[in-house]
Amino acid sequence: MKYVFIVVSACLAVAGCQNDETADRSSETPSASVFSSRYTALPHETTLLRNATVLTGTGEQLDAADVLMQDGKIAAVGENLSDEGALVVDASGQWVTPGIIDLHSHLGVYPSPSVDAHSDGNEMTAANTAEVWAEHSIWPQDPGFVAALAGGVTALQILPGSANLFGGRSVTVKNIPGRTMQDMKFPGAPHGLKMACGENPKRVYGVGKGVAPFTRMGNVAGYRKAWIAAEDYRTKSEMALDGDGEAPLRDLQLETLVGVLDGEILVHNHCYRADEMAIMLDIADEFGYRIASFHHAVEAYKIPDLLAENGTCAAVWADWWGFKMEAYDGIIENAAIVDQAGACAIVHSDDDLGIQRLNQETAKIIGAAARAGMNITPAQAIRWITSNPAKALGISEMVGTLETGKMADVTVWAGDPFSVYTKVSRVYIDGALVYDRDDPARNPVTDFTLGSLAHQGGTQ
Amino acid sequence: MNSATGAKAAVFALASAALIAAPSYAEITAITGATVHTVGPQGSIEDAVVLIENGIITAVGNDLDIPADVQRIDAAGKVITPGLMSPMGQIGLVEVDAVAGTVDFIQRGDQFSAGFDVADAYNPRSSLVAINRIAGITHAVIAPDGASMDQQGNYSRVLSGLASVVHLGDAHDYLLDRGVAMIAQLGETGSSLAAGSRAAALMILRTALNDARDYASNREAFEQGRRRNYSLSETDLVALSGVLSGERKLVVDVHRASDISAALRLAADYDIQMIIVGGTEAWLVADELATAGVPVILDSIGNLPGSFERLNARLETAAILAEAGVRFAVGGDSFSQNHNARNITQAAGIAVANGLPWAGGLAAITLAAAEIFGLDEQIGSIEPGKRADLVIWNDDPLELRSYPEQVLIGGRLMPMESRQTLLRDRYMQSESSLPPAFR
Repeated sequence: MKYVFIVVSACLAVAGCQNDETADRSSETPSASVFSSRYTALPHETTLLRNATVLTGTGEQLDAADVLMQDGKIAAVGENLSDEGALVVDASGQWVTPGIIDLHSHLGVYPSPSVDAHSDGNEMTAANTAEVWAEHSIWPQDPGFVAALAGGVTALQILPGSANLFGGRSVTVKNIPGRTMQDMKFPGAPHGLKMACGENPKRVYGVGKGVAPFTRMGNVAGYRKAWIAAEDYRTKSEMALDGDGEAPLRDLQLETLVGVLDGEILVHNHCYRADEMAIMLDIADEFGYRIASFHHAVEAYKIPDLLAENGTCAAVWADWWGFKMEAYDGIIENAAIVDQAGACAIVHSDDDLGIQRLNQETAKIIGAAARAGMNITPAQAIRWITSNPAKALGISEMVGTLETGKMADVTVWAGDPFSVYTKVSRVYIDGALVYDRDDPARNPVTDFTLGSLAHQGGTQ
Repeated sequence: MNSATGAKAAVFALASAALIAAPSYAEITAITGATVHTVGPQGSIEDAVVLIENGIITAVGNDLDIPADVQRIDAAGKVITPGLMSPMGQIGLVEVDAVAGTVDFIQRGDQFSAGFDVADAYNPRSSLVAINRIAGITHAVIAPDGASMDQQGNYSRVLSGLASVVHLGDAHDYLLDRGVAMIAQLGETGSSLAAGSRAAALMILRTALNDARDYASNREAFEQGRRRNYSLSETDLVALSGVLSGERKLVVDVHRASDISAALRLAADYDIQMIIVGGTEAWLVADELATAGVPVILDSIGNLPGSFERLNARLETAAILAEAGVRFAVGGDSFSQNHNARNITQAAGIAVANGLPWAGGLAAITLAAAEIFGLDEQIGSIEPGKRADLVIWNDDPLELRSYPEQVLIGGRLMPMESRQTLLRDRYMQSESSLPPAFR
């Protein structure tokens, strides 16, 4: 029964199932079935986490509660659950949350060590490179993956960089150290399209190469031209299916953009300034797509009403500011103000160190909000790094909360996750124990760090 | 009252408190009731009194006689620490990194190297100053930095120039020690600034020191044109002479254990006082560092092999250095410098979470930094005779949700306001129907 539930929800999330007529007709089909996930859950057993403080990811905190994981799924959350047939883990004094999800990572595409030979995240050859896919750049041996696992991260979106107006497709992975990208690819998660506003495309192309775009208005013209081309490609493809004319030559760039127009690919838009976000929302309106999330939305706090109205999430750092002009107005309370206005707030990393402590980054926001008179509870704040990113990624039917039937992606903390002194004790992905701070056999080590004196990313 | 009005009211309350309480220098201030972590010989004292006179701490303890008619600050239930010190960075030397006109810590080309003195570029009105100050940072080392080629093809130099220590207060005497140290880039950065080898960077440094030594003992002959050519300008040689004489320290930016060892050999050869900054692999040579008495300004959160000189990065480095008796401060990394120098509390907390005793964590962002730069007679702990630079916290200063309620610099109550609090208050839900620009 639960298996059926997952399949159905995957269809909902991807909007590309076999019984969907438009999907069958879509020019997207050729790309939808390639580089498929080969992820399978690691061996797991029925496990009961006993007597923990539980943040469900739905906005609730349960004290002295149990979490039962069975067949890789959350089977039950509540008090005094039966431990029949279950491995019981005493979690007294510990906190249990949904696995942490990072909406914005470049692990694998900008891995450690960050040498030129590994710099695979930005196809800086044209302002529109919607044809490239981040998953084709991922180096699974990046030690950052296992370090992030030790920080409780169970899933992450890996994006192309932000040099281009259209950077290419992103991919969502389960944080399992695999031999290949396909071993990690999150089954059923939709692709994303990375778009970028503002200074970066201007700097790289106009200033750097003397080609468009040179200005913000040039950026906007670039987006709109591309969407017009995508509309044309879609129309011609559909007409050809109806026997009217010849099908256009398959075009990877336009396939990606049509995937967005068809709702199969979700837009993740690097955009700092409030006024630019408002323009991007209008462009989405003009061409009939939705923006799932703005990333690095440093000024989201200036337009929380617009974000709420459009159902677009704002993904932010806790405190990064001032490194460029469009980041000058960053304030720590950003996510709190967005959340309080009823919009979707997310704390993301964009950083191989930050991804290891998204809980801490969130805690800094809670503190700053308190200083400003806003009371943010742990139960509210955990949503910023669990259920809200799951929503933005189109995988919220599968992960992001501890609701019954969801994948058992669970992080166990030695104490309050918003204390600087608290570390992750254990991480489960699909019910499998993939990280245990106290067990060297459950401290994965990548090939690159094998034999290093620090056993980086593994046990000390 | 909604939360926005509450916040505004709080800001006004603090602002007016600052107006009323700002003491003239002849006044005495008594802060009462707090748990005071002195980071000095008196340790931590509960329900203590801190007495301040003329901007200087005059007494700390439990049973002090508080003179009548003093300015009293009730800090019952609060926590007081020394003001925090950013041990390396560029506060006041940059506003926006990507806006070149605001960046004053890089000198490219051949004009200056060792003698490049950033102190006169310091801007006490930079937004970074107040933003970090209200987070508890009261002092900062401001230093030049090495940088790669610019668009004109100019590099900076292995010897980057001179660092100074400032306080982040509003008084004009912000320079506590000008030219306290010289910065040099070794390791991979040094290699890229030298001839493509870390060995070349060391040779440049040794050649410069040899020249400075020769210059110092043959100054007259040099001025008469009777000396060989030197690798550096006279300004640079004068600056380097201070390193050789022990008047200033030499800060070397290195990460790989073998690079640290090579730097220590150089320090011994020239009998100079060295400070390691970065020090990712310092834990591998902790005993060498302890024996040499060379302190480290540590990158305490980098735990990834981000380059081949950081293969053995780990989070326990601070704890290992403490155990080995190496003096260290945290804040030697971009995570906790400049715009976010305020993150040194988090860096110290992470070190504590990874084995460093809590008191060591607090010392690593206060007294240790002052000692490393030789300023511990003036700052770094709450002791009679030291500057009254201190912070009143609502809770554990290393915790992420804690924040300062009041910062004092030179005994003066600093306004707890910054460009960021103003932005925050403008945009928090407001009953005004006018655009934010009218709020």
